[in-house]
Amino acid sequence: MPGRAIVVGAVGLLTAVLAWGLFIALPRWVALPPPAVEPPVESNAPAAPERKIKARLFFVSDDGHGLTGVERDVAFGADPTAQARAILEAQLTSPEPPLLSAIPSGTTLRAVFVANGDAYVDVSSEIVSGHPGGTLSESLTIYTLVAAVKANLPAVGGVQILVNGKEVDTLAGHIDLRQPLVTSPTWVQ
Amino acid sequence: MEGLIIRDPPRTAVTARRVARPIAWFATVGLVLAVSLMVRLLGQGQTSLTLLSRDTRRALPLAVVNDQELVSLDELAAVFQLTVREEAGAVTVSSRGRTVIFNPEQTIASVAGRMISLPTRPARIAGRLWVPVDFISRALAPIADTRIDLRRASHLLIVGDLRVPRVTMTSEPQPVGHRLIVEITPSTTSTLTREADHLTLKFDADAIDATIPGVPPQGFLQAIRRMDPVTLAIDLGPRFGSYRSSTQAVDNVTRLSLDLLPLPSDGPSVSTGSATAGAPGAAASSAPGFAATPPAGSTVPTPPADLPTFGQPTSPIRTVTIDPGHGGPDLGVQGSGGLTEKTLTLAVGRRVKTLLETRLGLRVLMTRDDDRELPPEARTAVANNNKTDLFISLHANASFRPSNTGASVFVAQFPDEGLARRVLEPHRVPVFGGGIRDIELVPWSLAQIRYIDQSTVLADLLQGRIGATAPLDVRPTDRALLRILASANMPAVLIELGYLSSPEQEARLGNSEFQSSIAGAIVDAVVDFRDYLGRAPEGER
Repeated sequence: MPGRAIVVGAVGLLTAVLAWGLFIALPRWVALPPPAVEPPVESNAPAAPERKIKARLFFVSDDGHGLTGVERDVAFGADPTAQARAILEAQLTSPEPPLLSAIPSGTTLRAVFVANGDAYVDVSSEIVSGHPGGTLSESLTIYTLVAAVKANLPAVGGVQILVNGKEVDTLAGHIDLRQPLVTSPTWVQ
Repeated sequence: MEGLIIRDPPRTAVTARRVARPIAWFATVGLVLAVSLMVRLLGQGQTSLTLLSRDTRRALPLAVVNDQELVSLDELAAVFQLTVREEAGAVTVSSRGRTVIFNPEQTIASVAGRMISLPTRPARIAGRLWVPVDFISRALAPIADTRIDLRRASHLLIVGDLRVPRVTMTSEPQPVGHRLIVEITPSTTSTLTREADHLTLKFDADAIDATIPGVPPQGFLQAIRRMDPVTLAIDLGPRFGSYRSSTQAVDNVTRLSLDLLPLPSDGPSVSTGSATAGAPGAAASSAPGFAATPPAGSTVPTPPADLPTFGQPTSPIRTVTIDPGHGGPDLGVQGSGGLTEKTLTLAVGRRVKTLLETRLGLRVLMTRDDDRELPPEARTAVANNNKTDLFISLHANASFRPSNTGASVFVAQFPDEGLARRVLEPHRVPVFGGGIRDIELVPWSLAQIRYIDQSTVLADLLQGRIGATAPLDVRPTDRALLRILASANMPAVLIELGYLSSPEQEARLGNSEFQSSIAGAIVDAVVDFRDYLGRAPEGER
């Protein structure tokens, strides 16, 4: 009898150890943080300059009826998607006066991706909630984004604007956003 | 024996009477003022809603607060057998297990679990809760067992399956006589009979929702009045000699055209000889839904066997849809002075509707006639489903530069019009029994492309008319990828009435005279466009 009890106890202990190993120790080991990176050695050599490209960004024209292109240095992107992101982030940055942006303040870029030749620009909801409305203003807001991509990445076919990751009918009730758009000479001077 | 003793009133009583009299006077005056204030509060504008049901016809009093009409929730509870409970600031209205819950401090309500918006907050008047009239259609109708039809314009509340057609009337002078046009929606049978000094028009309905216009002095028609819930009386003037009538049933509307003709000795004779013999009641139209009864004992000549064709040639524009932009929580552009685009477009839209109906006798549909939000496809659906001849969307503009001013007119544009036109080309399909047939498939989202040329003509005409009364934008006509116009299956334009981003223009756009003049310009352009379509060869229409 004592021998049987010892065997049962040993099996139970073994099972408990195995369970602890499988369910507690192993996951912790797998999830260990990577070894700390050694801090870079201080060097007196100047840092390599960040690569830039000249990009054309778009702002409200003096007469308020169109968009005017302005050249700016923008970070280089390794691929079309990265380049589109860099250009659009520069476009969404509030400009110094007297330049005036047609993008409502607070609008941020959520994502950019290129598929089947068209670019999809996903922006935050401030582009809708902060929009003043009206066909003119809405057109200028939309074509600012479209022109920023198309003027600098001519290989892109069209640009579709998404808001918070979703397709929208319009930004403010007027311009049809259900398909990719190309630059309109009506609005871009 | 103790005699009757008359004593002077004690000094204290006299003093009390002297004090009490002014107090009584003040109390009486105060009461009168309070009552008059209450009457004034309840009595602004339309004072009641007429409730029509199978069993009753009664008035529900309305209160007007901040230009919004409110109705007593207690009255509604009595009419619709509702249970109303108020707990912890929330009001619960129940009807057969379905509930509406709302907070009197808010403009939203939960209707059987769905959120709806109200045009204004409920109000407490004399301790009773009053709710916006729209509460009936938006909150009560969805939970009620019976059909509830609220007609805001005519202040009718129809409960149950009653036939209550809308009847609109316009009158216009003719070279010979006077014409009264009666439009009945939906199509309804009516009977026209001549009495001694008036014609009676009786509708086969439970009641009518009639808008009775004023009649200008002309000697043929003196007045139109309601005889009973389903009968109108048309009082005849001294110059009246005979009449003729014709009906047209278009879509779901019966249009009765009633020509009142002069006495044979009065003025020039009717050019078509047989028409002068148009006997009272003789011109019963062959159109279904109308019957005219000759008067008893009439001595007028017998009608000619071959009646002439009555009325004008068919107008190229009979129905117009006006679309006041935005609405509900979608305010559109907001001016710095507080004027919102949704309010402006509704105000101008109503003026345009009134002018089109009264001046041109057109049937006018509004995509919204109150403060509510509508998706773009619902707006064009109103026009397409009613086979409207014109679609006019009203908006106000905004610019990032406040110096921009002026009105402009937009026509639809499509991303790839060449491709869109190819999509619309007729498809050849084989038909049963052999042979080939061309069919046109029109995708809803591309419907407007067939009308771009006509819409452009209309835009140019609008530019000319509006430009005569209001400043125009630097680009007075333009094209844009307008969501609202793309699906319109008829000539369609979007009018930007001006810039609410300009304080100077906002003040002007808020002025009622300016709104009337711009509405008049739009109607003038519709007349121009009607003339243009009338002149254009059939193939170019």
